[in-house]
Amino acid sequence: MRITLRVWRQKNADAKGKMEKYKLDDVDEDMSFLEMLDVLNEKLILQGEDPVSFDHDCREGICGSCAMVINGTPHGPQKNTTTCQLHMRHFKDGDTIDVEPWRARAFPVIKDLVTDRSAFDQIIQAGGYVSVNTGSAPEAHATPVDKVSADDAFDAATCIGCGACVAACPNGSSMLFTAAKVTHLGLLPQGQPERQTRAISMLAKQDELDFGGCTNVGACAEVCPKGIPLASISRLNHDVLGATLAGARAD
Amino acid sequence: MSELQQEPTAVQGEGRWLLGDPIADDRAPDSPVGDRWSDRKFSARLVNPANRRKMTAIIVGTGLAGGAAAATLGEAGYHVKSFCFQDSPRRAHSIAAQGGINAAKNYRNDGDSVHRLFYDTVKGGDFRSRESNVHRLAEVSLNIIDQCVAQGVPFAREYSGLLDTRSFGGTQVSRTFYARGQTGQQLLIGAYSALERQIAAGTVEMHPRTEMLDLIVADGRARGIVTRSILTGKIETHLADVVVLCTGGYGNVYYLSTNAKGSNVTAAWRAHKRGALFANPCYTQIHPTCIPVSGEYQSKLTLMSESLRNDGRVWVPKERGDNRPPNQIPEEERDYYLERQYPSFGNLVPRDIASRAAKNMCDAEQGVGPGGLGVYLDFKDAIGRLGRHAVEAKYGNLFEMYQRITGDDPYEVPMRIYPAIHYTMGGLWVDYDLRSTIPGLFVGGEANFSDHGANRLGASALMQGLADGYFVLPTTVPNYLADGPFDPIDESHPAVVEAVESTKGRIDKLLSANGNRTVDSFHRELGQLIWDQCGMARSKEGLEKALDRLPSLREEFWRDVKIVGTGDGFNQSLEKAGRVADFLELGELMCTDALHREESCGGHFRVEHQTEDGEAQRDDENFSYVAAWEYGGDQSGAKPILHKEDLEFSYVHPSQRSYK
Ligand SMILES: Cc1cc2nc3c(=O)[nH]c(=O)nc-3n(C[C@H](O)[C@H](O)[C@H](O)COP(=O)(O)OP(=O)(O)OC[C@H]3O[C@@H](n4cnc5c(N)ncnc54)[C@H](O)[C@@H]3O)c2cc1C
Ligand code: SF4
Ligand code: FES
Repeated sequence: MRITLRVWRQKNADAKGKMEKYKLDDVDEDMSFLEMLDVLNEKLILQGEDPVSFDHDCREGICGSCAMVINGTPHGPQKNTTTCQLHMRHFKDGDTIDVEPWRARAFPVIKDLVTDRSAFDQIIQAGGYVSVNTGSAPEAHATPVDKVSADDAFDAATCIGCGACVAACPNGSSMLFTAAKVTHLGLLPQGQPERQTRAISMLAKQDELDFGGCTNVGACAEVCPKGIPLASISRLNHDVLGATLAGARAD
Repeated sequence: MSELQQEPTAVQGEGRWLLGDPIADDRAPDSPVGDRWSDRKFSARLVNPANRRKMTAIIVGTGLAGGAAAATLGEAGYHVKSFCFQDSPRRAHSIAAQGGINAAKNYRNDGDSVHRLFYDTVKGGDFRSRESNVHRLAEVSLNIIDQCVAQGVPFAREYSGLLDTRSFGGTQVSRTFYARGQTGQQLLIGAYSALERQIAAGTVEMHPRTEMLDLIVADGRARGIVTRSILTGKIETHLADVVVLCTGGYGNVYYLSTNAKGSNVTAAWRAHKRGALFANPCYTQIHPTCIPVSGEYQSKLTLMSESLRNDGRVWVPKERGDNRPPNQIPEEERDYYLERQYPSFGNLVPRDIASRAAKNMCDAEQGVGPGGLGVYLDFKDAIGRLGRHAVEAKYGNLFEMYQRITGDDPYEVPMRIYPAIHYTMGGLWVDYDLRSTIPGLFVGGEANFSDHGANRLGASALMQGLADGYFVLPTTVPNYLADGPFDPIDESHPAVVEAVESTKGRIDKLLSANGNRTVDSFHRELGQLIWDQCGMARSKEGLEKALDRLPSLREEFWRDVKIVGTGDGFNQSLEKAGRVADFLELGELMCTDALHREESCGGHFRVEHQTEDGEAQRDDENFSYVAAWEYGGDQSGAKPILHKEDLEFSYVHPSQRSYK
């Protein structure tokens, strides 16, 4: 099929970017979206033009590297699907597709479709862990975990740190990402001792970075490729409230 | 290993390689195999806590091995510098592992034990691994599960609240712990969170989007690395007291593989060229159930869990070139070849056998789908027997993934599958302490060769990565550091200057070629060549052919590659070009190793060495050794030098595998 692409091109962080138009005549419907961009890039290189830069690695929907706003939606039209797992059969011959980077204050553009998402690592540094040094762990069966909590913790832990939630949010809030981590650890007995400080420390960190506040729009959960539910945000709020009442402080 | 630092004394042999002195592991204690690790831990020297933060450890790689090692050495108080090429350490390739991680917990009381895991792993490796290392791996597996649970890894559980396990290929016990189909992700998030905690604590300095391009060896010791910032293109040096490589496997030499696109051999290969021996490069693992190639644009292959073979039946049309849709091919015109050839194991034969059988069918022009490179995996009988609902409960997420990629509904039409490269058992040679042959250079995870022999069992790579990272390296690296403090070193040291200059020279050379072919086009050609001649089946003739072609392909690459843009700034083609340049050299060593190993074992199948009914024929008499290769030098026509490490089996006695 024939596809017209309008791709955001930006030389570097300081340069002004703009949408650039490219035509591809031989797109196969079995190609993934990134394979379609590979084809474009091979063409550009042979013409001596700078190929389009984009982050990607696993191409299996699990590493969280790929990140593109496709026709206005982070990760494109297919629900619960990362950009790398989107296939061209979801488009039609003759379509024009807009491809842009994440747009969020906390994720500045580095080049073309590549953004800097290191703020997410900083949120984790603020408390997204259980403080257990190697070698100090008790025997695994010492603490049973009921299956429902374990399964729910797993569901929250499937967040791939892609940042689509931030990109979709009109406020650029990282609430869903933070909530997913707080939910994952907060549902497990191992996460209890630090539960309250974790919630307020991570929240304080995201406010300190360039993320916006959460006003319950819900766009984040709509685009999340891993289906992290909006309800996790209530859980985070609940933990923060509990922590505040208990007089816990960020650390 | 000091004798290895000298020129090999007895260089002889003929053809495409030279024979050097034998080597041996001198680190495993002489005690009974079950006591060796505790004895080694006790004899390992310690570093006074007050001195630890004055010692710098460089750890390249943030997968399970590197992430765990960096976090643990940070906790112990060392000054750690950690590196990865992704934008975050959480994205290392380990994240993609699906099935699970083995541990000899014996929670099911089904007869499992450390000894049985040790036995299964040595046997599964087709008797080409070192007993001491494998036994330690089995012992440490117990601590890994404890550690991960304490970190909050949400493993699958039963209604009792206890941990669930499942069975994997090559074993008769249920010892695989898992977190749905995302075990690697959950384990890596555990290691990553421990790492981030140390970054926050100031013990670990993290350098993401930073690629190691060379190793600095000064006065006989590994003392640092040369890196390029992927963001700015800046070439920098990082100096340290010890360097640890946990940079993953080299499966992407085949271009198409199940590995992440960025996985590469550069760090290991640069270390090899600086003197580290590379062991068993031809031992690569091919996974039988991957989604086949759909067109020329194909950029990677996706693994479908091996568990599908529990209920799916593998078949091809009996008639060559029969291209009717599968559902129109009547029962009697189908060849369920695994069930026919291996009546007792049927569709559940081990990975290498299932892969080779699929290849044979496709070679006989009975393959299906584009290019005839595929076989059917059919769930019709299972759906009939168990009901759609039960099949969905077991495999729903896999069926969904298959449909997302191929557009076909596997409930209605059989899946098409084909083998793909998945894992590399070979890697840098290490002793029991995970020391390479360069003092001060340690290697962990898939990047070393240590534990899987000629074939890795499912769910054992995650176990090895975490064993190395959490438990082995944090014991053996300090033992080395206890030799310090080493002579101070700075940027003006000739070894540092030389390494920086040669790195810059390579980049300039790549950029100045300005030829007519893209990096990917070279990578595809290399991949096809290695796949054809050093893939599922290897022959003397084919390997010779590849070895004749590779030098000219390499020459063409350096002359005709086209990279747009400059070296100072974000340039993904340049990154890829450096990696492909190293794959081109590695490919030659793989073929040489495959050519020299005149036997079939595990993932290495030489067509000249098979039994009458087409099974792998090992030659324990002549090949019960690790082939550790020394770099032959830069001059054209230089030959790699083979050092043999004899393998002794005192506990598990080599036998022939049979699955008929
Ligand atoms: C699809 C798939 C499924 C799998 N499933 C399983 C399973 O179920 N069970 C199992 O046991 N095993 C499985 N494996 C194998 C297992 O995942 C890997 O062997 C293992 O995760 C490797 O871990 P590692 O820490 O050695 O390296 P990796 O996780 O590959 O990490 C390599 C690290 O090195 C860094 N790096 C590499 N080169 C450089 C450089 N030059 N400069 C800077 N940094 C560099 C990377 O950034 C990365 O951080 C699977 C593999 C695949 C491909
Ligand atoms: S919550 Fe969802 S959208 Fe946000 S980072 Fe995690 S996976 Fe991505
Ligand atoms: S490339 Fe890994 S999630 Fe898309």
